Amino acid sequence: MEEKELKLEEDAALFEPIRRTGKPFYLTLSILVAVILWAAWAYLHQYRHGLGVTGLARPIFWGVYITNFVFFIGISHAGTLISAILRLAKAEWRRSITRSAEVITVLVLFFGVGNILMDLGRPDRMFNIIRFAQFRSPLLWDVSSITVYLTASSIYLFLPLIPDIALLRDYSGKRKWFYRIFALGWTGTERQHRLLEKGIAFMAILVIPVAVSVHTVVSFVFAMTIQPMWHSAIFGPYFVAGAIFSGIAGLIVAMNLIRKVYHLEDYLRPVHFNNLGILLLVMTLLWFYFTFTEYITVYYGGEPIHMTIFWSKFTGRFAPYFWGMFLFCFVIPLPLLSLRKTRTPFGTLIASISVIIGMWLERFVIVVPTLTNPRLPNEAVIYSPTWVEWSVLAGCVSFFVLLYMIFTKIFPIVSIWEVREGREKSMAEVQERIKTYLPGIGVE
Amino acid sequence: MHRWGMVIDLDKCTACQACVVACQAENNVAIIGPEEAAKGRTIHWIELIPYIEGEYPHIKARLLPRPCMHCDNPPCTKVCPVYATYINEEGLVGQINYRCIGCRYCTTACPYTVKSFNWYPPEWPKEMKGSLNRDVSIRTKGVVEKCTFCSHRLLRAREKSKIEGRDLLPEDYIPACVQACPSSAMYFGDLNDPNSTVSMLSRERRAFRLMEELGTEPKVIYLSEGM
Repeated sequence: MEEKELKLEEDAALFEPIRRTGKPFYLTLSILVAVILWAAWAYLHQYRHGLGVTGLARPIFWGVYITNFVFFIGISHAGTLISAILRLAKAEWRRSITRSAEVITVLVLFFGVGNILMDLGRPDRMFNIIRFAQFRSPLLWDVSSITVYLTASSIYLFLPLIPDIALLRDYSGKRKWFYRIFALGWTGTERQHRLLEKGIAFMAILVIPVAVSVHTVVSFVFAMTIQPMWHSAIFGPYFVAGAIFSGIAGLIVAMNLIRKVYHLEDYLRPVHFNNLGILLLVMTLLWFYFTFTEYITVYYGGEPIHMTIFWSKFTGRFAPYFWGMFLFCFVIPLPLLSLRKTRTPFGTLIASISVIIGMWLERFVIVVPTLTNPRLPNEAVIYSPTWVEWSVLAGCVSFFVLLYMIFTKIFPIVSIWEVREGREKSMAEVQERIKTYLPGIGVE
Repeated sequence: MHRWGMVIDLDKCTACQACVVACQAENNVAIIGPEEAAKGRTIHWIELIPYIEGEYPHIKARLLPRPCMHCDNPPCTKVCPVYATYINEEGLVGQINYRCIGCRYCTTACPYTVKSFNWYPPEWPKEMKGSLNRDVSIRTKGVVEKCTFCSHRLLRAREKSKIEGRDLLPEDYIPACVQACPSSAMYFGDLNDPNSTVSMLSRERRAFRLMEELGTEPKVIYLSEGM
């Protein structure tokens, strides 16, 4: 296996981002850094003066930060889960998209956790969560589950990276010492390949239940309370579906950017966007199904305390958010993804951006209206997020994009060895596999 | 074992808010200025909330003093990730200000919305600083606080009765709000003692508890004709 032609000319486009860095990169980088610094200043302001600088008040104790937390954890479901499912299903078209998906998971998780920490009144005491851990609290379930998820998806990202790091060690001039350490002595022998395949397959299976558990326990933070419209058994699957929904959308946006910026049109082809578009379409319909079920049961039950919140979403103060969510999550993406003509890279990009906005709104519409209408009469408080909260959100998004960009400069964003393996081996493999399905010519 | 509870007779209550003021002074509750108060940032351990019964035209509105319910099955203690809020063996739901991380999970989980958060560091006018109660710790910014049934008074009463070599008497431990009530509409005592005032009142025909259907088992009992 060692003789694998490790020529750089082949798949040169994949090495290009690592070899050369142009002006546009640094320009984008400085814009992002500026936004991040602004957000850091905003947070510092909050740290010094207290959470009073946000728009929160009693009884709306949770707002944008918790919305962000649920949203970012949701986006993280793009990567590892989609990649694991595609790998296990032996979907050949996965080869050039798995890496870009897995990176999203690992990076975006930090911002989910970060938002929870920024939401704390006393972030200096955050280690109390470990010192005095109370496992009856769903927040502790989150801590445990996310920790496992972060670890598992980091390993799952790293394993398929090893052969590519070895390639860079051998053929790239830059940062040789760095690649040497992380290549873990990979030489591409038969045995190493076998072990790697085994490791990847094992992690792919492990990561799926972990990913499902993560978003389930995120929903449990709400569902375990007895607050109206939170205390719902549907929340677990609803959140998981929503997470995968926004996750795929995130992936499509990332792939569109990578494709354009690094000229990878040959690797990320319309067929990839078409297939992911179909997946996104399925999730769009599933999202509608869950949302419909959730609200119709509340409506038919007709409990006054629930109905107050229901109407505040449908016709009241939160109607713009609620119908905005419906527009962005369903009305816009549905036709774009249904028609073959618009299921193009650009069409799916528009649908995905719409879904991402819609899913942020969905989380907001879950968190805030319930808190605005508590069971006992309270002061009528209207929550409007302040510049601090918006700045932190902008900062999180920018920081995520920045880390993603830096990743593409250090590691190939399309898995080189998997693409090559596909070219060399999978044609024959797939033919063999098809043969086993077919009656008449199948080999027993 | 004691099981501390409170009875509030709404037929006697004149909504004068003496309990609110007494509590504010007793427990070093921060003074929130008018600007922040308009945003809903006030802190109250007990406050009067409008309670509306019936539908128009047979509508009846009254003001209802609401302290912490000290539930036997508190939704807040279950969700706290650090045991900063807990229920002790005498049924008091406590709050450890020095452990609270300020995640505000308990505040959102409480169906009675009795908990408050320190959005800014607590402040008092210069003149008031000398009269702060030394028995109650001062909160910092970023932590949750709530009514404790003046549990510091229980500590003090216990010590006193121990020194005097006698049992704790019902009149030894009374929260500030109950003590201040000018129309004697509030009672406090041991619900486990079948002969205590609160215990007898809690079994009266007029007795009800807020949102009993939630199964939180509050230990604040209201009395009202026509409920």
